[in-house]
Amino acid sequence: MSEDQEKKMEDKKQKEIKITPIKQGTVIDHIRKGRAMKVLKILDLIDRDIESIVSVAMNVNSSMGKKDIVKVEGMELKNEEIDKISLIAPEATVNIVRDFEVVKKHRVGLPDKARGILKCRNQNCISNQDEPVISEFEVVAKDPVTLRCEYCERKMKGEEISENVI
Amino acid sequence: MKDVFEKDHIVRIKDFTRDELTTVFDLAEEMIPIAEGKKKNNDLEGKLLANLFFEPSTRTRLSFEGAMKRMAGRCIGFAEPGTSSAKKGETLADTIRVAAGYADIIVLRHPHEGAAQLAANFSEVPIINAGDGAGRHPTQTLLDLFTIKREMDSISGNHIGIAGDLKYGRTVHSLTNALSMYDTKLTFISPPSLRMPEEIIDELKDKGIHHTEVEEIDEVLEELDILYMTRIQRERFPSEEDYENVARSYHLENDMLRDRDVNEDLTIMHPLPRVDEINADVDMTPHAKYFQQAANGVPVRMALLKLLMEA
Repeated sequence: MSEDQEKKMEDKKQKEIKITPIKQGTVIDHIRKGRAMKVLKILDLIDRDIESIVSVAMNVNSSMGKKDIVKVEGMELKNEEIDKISLIAPEATVNIVRDFEVVKKHRVGLPDKARGILKCRNQNCISNQDEPVISEFEVVAKDPVTLRCEYCERKMKGEEISENVI
Repeated sequence: MKDVFEKDHIVRIKDFTRDELTTVFDLAEEMIPIAEGKKKNNDLEGKLLANLFFEPSTRTRLSFEGAMKRMAGRCIGFAEPGTSSAKKGETLADTIRVAAGYADIIVLRHPHEGAAQLAANFSEVPIINAGDGAGRHPTQTLLDLFTIKREMDSISGNHIGIAGDLKYGRTVHSLTNALSMYDTKLTFISPPSLRMPEEIIDELKDKGIHHTEVEEIDEVLEELDILYMTRIQRERFPSEEDYENVARSYHLENDMLRDRDVNEDLTIMHPLPRVDEINADVDMTPHAKYFQQAANGVPVRMALLKLLMEA
């Protein structure tokens, strides 16, 4: 088999993984490569007591380069939950699937605030000192996504945001 | 007067509208004879202020205490972290809730940034931020603005030079933010390694505020209406030699003022304490206003206490 053919086979296999259908639930596509676990974390899908099967595909080939995909079977995520993803994966698209059909497809939207999902990057911030408070950030710019701590006003963007997912 | 002042707490200078600043300054002006002991006042009789100072700051604490007592109020509190319950591991949130049960207003100084916002979230009584970490110190900014207003008759229309450590100095960041609400011309004077953070410069650009950056006081001294000096800290420099080189050009002496054709009304300010940025021989010149500036802390804080407690 030539190298070209091998690559085509590989791409086909990748595509199969990507489109493995779920009967009902949520497929989050076009997650920036390497961010899938952060997406699970931000959606609280790792520790939460849920029945759903959650599957993750990482490093998947696509026309836009490599990407990650997350599939949550039997569970339709709410918009406000989904919007949290935009903080770390602004290019992600969300597909709601019912009976093997995509019934709703949309890009994630930025929330106005991020509460309790990130910690402030300023170690000296009062929100990092074992006080009974929930971290809170205001979204002050959209491109690139920039957050400002409600307590110390320190700003975070890009990698700083994904590095500080709680 | 109260209708333009709707604050429950004083956390950051950015929360003030220009009308609210005017309200504070007008009331502070009325407070001056009382602050100077020339007129009696008992507006805050029966009121109790709690000074919670988790790090020492003699001047700020004394001026709040003075402000309260000039209006017949009383104070409780602590001035050293070692004497507080934080030593025993109590959270700030709990300390605040307890103190709010004892006093009518809380003045907080704390080593962590954002402490005043947290306190405001948990307190039933007004919180005044008297400095939180490297963060904010709004009452210092208010007294700086009040001093400019008193000395120059108005804040707008002045060319203000801010000199020293502009990178790390919280005083100059807050002051710049506040001045951007007025029509002023700003010149930032600092060594290249201690320039005003880009974030603050960007905000000025967005607001269309006229500003320039230079490296030597000499370059602009003759053009200034106000020169706001701050300390340059030795520890910001890699070597003693680097520090000495810079410190020399940020050392103001009377000779410098005499040799130059400075504005007759040039006002020199400094948040104090100074180390060697301003030579003692400048103190006797009519330009030196830094002690007056410190004294202005009392009427400004009186105004804030009145506005918050009589609301």
